[in-house]
Amino acid sequence: MNASKTLVYDGSFNGFLTAVFIGFEQKLTHADIQKQGQLQSGLFAETETIFTNIEKAQRVWNGVRNKSNSAIKNIYFAFLSEQNNMEALIYRYIQKLMGSKYNGATDFSDDGVLKINQLAHKVGREKHRMEAFVRFQLTKDDVYFANIEPDFDVLPLISKHFRNRYADQQWIIYDVKRKYGLFYDLNTVEIISLDLSDIHTNSTEKSAAFTDAEHEYQDLWNNYFKSTTIKSRINNKLHVQHVPKRYWKYLSEKKAV
Amino acid sequence: MDFNRIKEKLNILADAAKYDVSCSSSGSNRKNKDNGLGDTGNGICHTYTEDGRCVSLLKILLTNHCIFDCAYCVTRKSNDIQRAAFKIQEVVDLTINFYRRNYIEGLFLSSGIFKSADHTMERLIAVAKKLREEENFNGYIHLKSIPGASDELMYEAGLYADRLSVNIEIPTISGLKLLAPDKKHEDFIKPMLKVKNEIIRYKEESKIIKSTAKYAPAGQSTQMIVGATGESDKDIMYSATHFYKNYKMKRVYYSGYVPISTDSRLPSLGSEVPMLRENRLYQTDWLLRFYGFSVNEILDADNPNLDMDIDPKLMWALRNLNHFPIDINKAEPRMLARIPGIGMGSVHKIISGRKYRRLNWEHLKKMGIALNRAKYFIICNSSDWEQRDLDAATIKGMILQSQNSKFKNQYNNQLSLFN
Ligand code: SF4
Repeated sequence: MNASKTLVYDGSFNGFLTAVFIGFEQKLTHADIQKQGQLQSGLFAETETIFTNIEKAQRVWNGVRNKSNSAIKNIYFAFLSEQNNMEALIYRYIQKLMGSKYNGATDFSDDGVLKINQLAHKVGREKHRMEAFVRFQLTKDDVYFANIEPDFDVLPLISKHFRNRYADQQWIIYDVKRKYGLFYDLNTVEIISLDLSDIHTNSTEKSAAFTDAEHEYQDLWNNYFKSTTIKSRINNKLHVQHVPKRYWKYLSEKKAV
Repeated sequence: MDFNRIKEKLNILADAAKYDVSCSSSGSNRKNKDNGLGDTGNGICHTYTEDGRCVSLLKILLTNHCIFDCAYCVTRKSNDIQRAAFKIQEVVDLTINFYRRNYIEGLFLSSGIFKSADHTMERLIAVAKKLREEENFNGYIHLKSIPGASDELMYEAGLYADRLSVNIEIPTISGLKLLAPDKKHEDFIKPMLKVKNEIIRYKEESKIIKSTAKYAPAGQSTQMIVGATGESDKDIMYSATHFYKNYKMKRVYYSGYVPISTDSRLPSLGSEVPMLRENRLYQTDWLLRFYGFSVNEILDADNPNLDMDIDPKLMWALRNLNHFPIDINKAEPRMLARIPGIGMGSVHKIISGRKYRRLNWEHLKKMGIALNRAKYFIICNSSDWEQRDLDAATIKGMILQSQNSKFKNQYNNQLSLFN
C-alpha cells in the first residue's frame, strides 16, 4: 500500500475528481494532488500524471452526492477557492465522508470538515457578491458589459443566475484577474477570452465604447445612491463592511463625481 | 429623455421615500417568462448606503404632493419642501434601465396621496401593469397600498405586485389620533384585510388550479415608527404580533424616528435616532418568528421595555435561570435555540456534530458559539463548567464586562443579530 504520492492533474474540476478516484483506487492515505505547472513537491516524491476521465470523475461525484448533497456543493465551492493545498483538504474530506456511517450528516467537530466548510462559505459569499456587484455598461454594439475581479474563481457559479435573469439582453462578464469571461448571445452562454485594451472601471470619463445614455444612467444611479442615504444615521464602518473597498472601482455608485 | 429633469425628480422623490426602511426583495417566486427580462430570487443587496442599509430596490415616490398632514412625515402638506411628480413612463424607464445594469432587484413604489386614495392607487397600479405587460418585466415589484384604497384596486394591485405594504407607522391608536388626525385607523386596516384575504384565496385556488394568476406572492408587510410617540416596547411588539397573526404579515419593520420637524408633538430636531432600540426590537422580532418565543415571555406588564444593555434572549434567560443549565449533548433543538449566544446556525451544527461525539468547550468554540455569553447557561462534555450559583445580576455584570469593548462597536450595527 502506498502511503503518499503526488498526483498531477490539469487544473480542471473533473481532472481533480479523476485524481481523487485514482487516489482511492491506489488506497493512498495521503494524496498530494497538484495542478500542472504549479508542482511544488520535494525532489524524491513519486509523481503520477492524471488524465482527466469524465467517467471516473462522475463516479466520485455520484458517490459523494449519494452521501450528502451539501457535501457535493462544499467540495465544488472549496475547489474554486484556488487555495493552496485545498486539494489535499478536499481529498481528506471525501475520505472522511465515505468512511462515515451517517448519511448527510456533517461532523462539525472535525477540523478538516470545518475548514472545507469555511472555504466553501467564503466562495459562496464571493458568488453572492458578484451577483450583487456586477455593473453592466451598455456598449454601442448593444452588449451589456461588466469587468470583475473576484477573490475566487466564481464565474462558473454565477453563470446560471445571469442567464436566467437577463434572458433578453446580450451580456459579457469578464474576469480581469483570471482573463476569461462569459458571453451570452441571447441563446447560450459561452466562455470567451478577450484582448482588453482597457479595463472598464467606474470611470468618470465617458468612454467611446459605450452608448451616450450609458453615462447618464450611471449618473442617475450615483445620484440615487446619495439621495437614499439618511444622513443622521451615517455608519461608515458598516458600509465598508458590506461593500469592501476593493470592489469600489467597478461600482458606479462609488465613483467620485 | 431629459436626464437633467429626471435627475432633479429622482433626487426629490428618492429622498422622500428613504424613510421607509423595507428593502426586502425576497420571498417571491416569479420566474423569467418567455425569455423576457428579470426574475425574483432570494433578494440581492446590490449595494449598501453609507448608513449601512441594504439597497435592493429602486425606492421612490411617484409624487410627494400630498393632501394629508401627518406630523411624522416629510411629505406632509404643511411642510415647506420642493415637490415633484414622475410620469408613469419615466418610472418604467428608470426601473428597466437600472435593472438591466444589475443595479437593482426591482421597484418599490410609494406615493403621497394626491386627489384621493383611489386616484393615487390607480397610478401606482398603472406603473406596475406597464412593467409587467409591456416590458415583460419579471423582477420584483413592491407597491404601497394607499390607506383607504378600494377593494377592487387592492385586488388589481396584487396581480402585478410581488409585495404590498401599508405602513401603520404609529403603533398605538391614541398616537395615531394625535399625529395624523385626518387619517383613520380603519383606512389602514381595510386594504390590509383585503390583501390578506386575496392571498389566502390565491393559495387555496392555486393548489387546485396551477394556472391561477399570481397574487402578491411575497405577501404583505408593514412598518412602525419607533420613538415618536412615547410608546413602550411592549406596545410595539404586541402590535407587531397582532399584525403577524391577524394579517399574515411577512414582515413588520421597525424604523427609529428620524427627527424631521419642529412640531411640538414630536421629538425635537437633532434628537438622536434610537438605533440601538430599533436593533433590540428586530432581535425580539427574530426571537418570535424563528426561535419559538412568544411575546409575553419577553415583554409583559412588569417588563414593558427591553434591556438596552443586553440582547432580549439573554434578558429572557436571566429572568428564567430555572431552565438552566442546559446540556448541549442532550437538549432538544427547541431548548438549544433558547441559549444566549447560540444562533440557529449553531443549533444545527451542534445537532450534526453531537452525533459523532460528545461535544466539549473546544468543539463549541470552533463552531463559532459566543461562549462568553453561553457558558453560564450550559454544560457539555467537560467537568469544567460554571458551578457557582450565580444570580442574574452577577451574570449580567460578568457578561457585560467581558464584552465591553466589543459591545460599544455594536451600537450602530443594525443587522448584527445573534451570532
Ligand atoms: S398621507 Fe402618507 S405621504 Fe401624506 S403626509 Fe401622511 S404619511 Fe406622509
